[in-house]
Amino acid sequence: MPFSSFKEFMPRQDLLSFLVLALVLLVALPLALDVMRLNQVGKFLSFAFVAVGLVLCWGYGGILSLGQGVFYGLGGYALAMYLKLEASTPENTAIQTTPGIPDFMDWNRITELPWFWEPFYSLTFAIIAVVVVPSIVAYLIGVAMFKRRVGGVYFAIITQSIAAILTILIIGQQGLTGGVNGITDLRTLKGWNIHTDEASYILYFVCVALLFVCLLVAQYIRRSKTGRILVAMRGQEDRVRFSGYDIANFKVFVFCVGAAFAGIGGAMFTLQEGFMSPSFVGVVPSIEMVIFCAVGGRLSIIGAVYGVLLVSVAKTLFGESFPDLWLFAMGLIFIGVVLALPNGIAGLYANWVAPHVDRLLDRLFGKPGEPRIDVLQPSSQGASS
Amino acid sequence: MFSDFSAAELTAIFAMQGFAGLILFAVFVLMALGLAIIFGQMGVINMAHGEFMILGAYVTYMTSNLFANHFPELFGSYFLFAIVLAFFAAALLGVIVEWGLIRFLYHRPLDTLLATWGLSLILQQAYRSIFGAREVGVVIPDWLMGSYQLTDMIEVPINGLFVMALAVLATVTVAVLMYRSRWGKQVRAVVQNRDMAGAVGINTARVDRLTFALGCGIAGVAGSAFTMIGSTGPSSGQLYIVDTFLVVVFGGAGSLFGTVASAFSISQSQSIMEFFMGGSMAKVLTLLVVVIILMFRPQGLFSLKVRR
Repeated sequence: MPFSSFKEFMPRQDLLSFLVLALVLLVALPLALDVMRLNQVGKFLSFAFVAVGLVLCWGYGGILSLGQGVFYGLGGYALAMYLKLEASTPENTAIQTTPGIPDFMDWNRITELPWFWEPFYSLTFAIIAVVVVPSIVAYLIGVAMFKRRVGGVYFAIITQSIAAILTILIIGQQGLTGGVNGITDLRTLKGWNIHTDEASYILYFVCVALLFVCLLVAQYIRRSKTGRILVAMRGQEDRVRFSGYDIANFKVFVFCVGAAFAGIGGAMFTLQEGFMSPSFVGVVPSIEMVIFCAVGGRLSIIGAVYGVLLVSVAKTLFGESFPDLWLFAMGLIFIGVVLALPNGIAGLYANWVAPHVDRLLDRLFGKPGEPRIDVLQPSSQGASS
Repeated sequence: MFSDFSAAELTAIFAMQGFAGLILFAVFVLMALGLAIIFGQMGVINMAHGEFMILGAYVTYMTSNLFANHFPELFGSYFLFAIVLAFFAAALLGVIVEWGLIRFLYHRPLDTLLATWGLSLILQQAYRSIFGAREVGVVIPDWLMGSYQLTDMIEVPINGLFVMALAVLATVTVAVLMYRSRWGKQVRAVVQNRDMAGAVGINTARVDRLTFALGCGIAGVAGSAFTMIGSTGPSSGQLYIVDTFLVVVFGGAGSLFGTVASAFSISQSQSIMEFFMGGSMAKVLTLLVVVIILMFRPQGLFSLKVRR
């Protein structure tokens, strides 16, 4: 433990935000919502994994990835492939020309399971793949780009192209990937039906628990020396480099962590929704994920979760009744956040509410809190290219 | 994959696909020119560039309807009016957007990406509300229909030739404007150092606004040209945005020649591979090669040497 005390790892204000979030996700929402809505919130929360990773990459590291959908998709597909194989037993698929392979392969006249599907008969392999495959892809991209000092805008455009490439590939290779429809009709996990109400509840809590694991990892990174170097790097890359640090390694590391989080999120989505499709991989969903993060506040891991929840809930509630107006509203929200609130709702909280909360806590516990070292300042991050 | 074809067939295939690639090349050039100015010169990531193109396409559609209903005898020439109208409509929208949005974000390039993405959502929905969700096409005037038969295996569509001529004209105009005019000199000065340019008496705000408007206007012309080749829907713009950015980045942002060269190489490889392995795989392979080359040469093929 490189921290001298718990307080250094989790200052008072952060602890408070964690507790409030836990209260909201573990107590308030399960009590207030019926199982269908809770399942929906669980699906929204799967995007929160991506947003938390983006806070680390973009907010802290200053590297904006427009390809997080790739990692989300890879994680989601890894688990979906396992679930699909489980659902395609020879008995279930007896009416096919080749029983025992996924239905879409049969429709596309493929008679043999492709080699890269084989390992997905094992759940252990699939679960490892959920985290490892996105990380490896992120590592390769990261090493190739950051060692050559590609950053900023160019990194954003290249990751966006990779998202486009993967979508075209998935859609084009219908027989191997399920094409536009994706991998559908997933039923059970090790014989456990994932569509019952009970399963929805359990998966929701699993999702929240995993999210908290990711949040704690993110908190650990951001409070550690690595996090401080990332922030320093974002501001003055050259100075950090001249101080003897290998910038690229830090960027690759944080990009891989973001990818791993996104992969877990994708897998949790697959479990809760019962399918995975290329519509969560491409350019548009990837940008939406960035926007969740921007609305929540690009410097706040907890803010990112609220950003995801707020935008998704607004999209569902408002979008259901006024689909036309919603797109206008969403566009205006993005423009407004960028122009007026560069640090999102977390920035609002830090500037207007947090000082009062601090004073209140001082009065309650009778001792002044530690000085806040990472106040969200409205600086211009991510401007380097 | 070549063994199934005889040498003569291969030549014809390459010629034919090469020519189809030339049309794609012209489209890429038109799309990328505007972006080369906005992104390459100004550094603004305009995710709404596709929507500016679609605006040009819708203006062309409206012009063709107007001519068909009110001046049927002039219908043959509507397209020339449409191009001009498309240019000015998109440029006007560009001025408004620059004034209301972009000018606050010159020091935060990554934020322009988010803000213009919001703008593109708004524009898409606006098109959907005004023109409906269905794709619309225009009636191509008679003199642009048909094709020249060069040999018995190679034929050349006239509307393709027209789009190519348009691309050449637009490229030459932009090149002259940027590298031969006083205004182009000012643009390049502002781009290199906004504060210094302002200090020597250039009205940087005005230059920025006009540059952005020019880029958007060319996008409008590109959209006008699209209507010759395919139909237009509210979200068609998003289909092109990745390609367009890749063309500009691959060529080296800031280099007009690089943009043209990269549009040529991307469109030709896409078009020729398409014949042998189908559209989607050709696209995947082309984009993948471009991305891999960019990893080795991140500044693009023909970037200007600048001291950072």
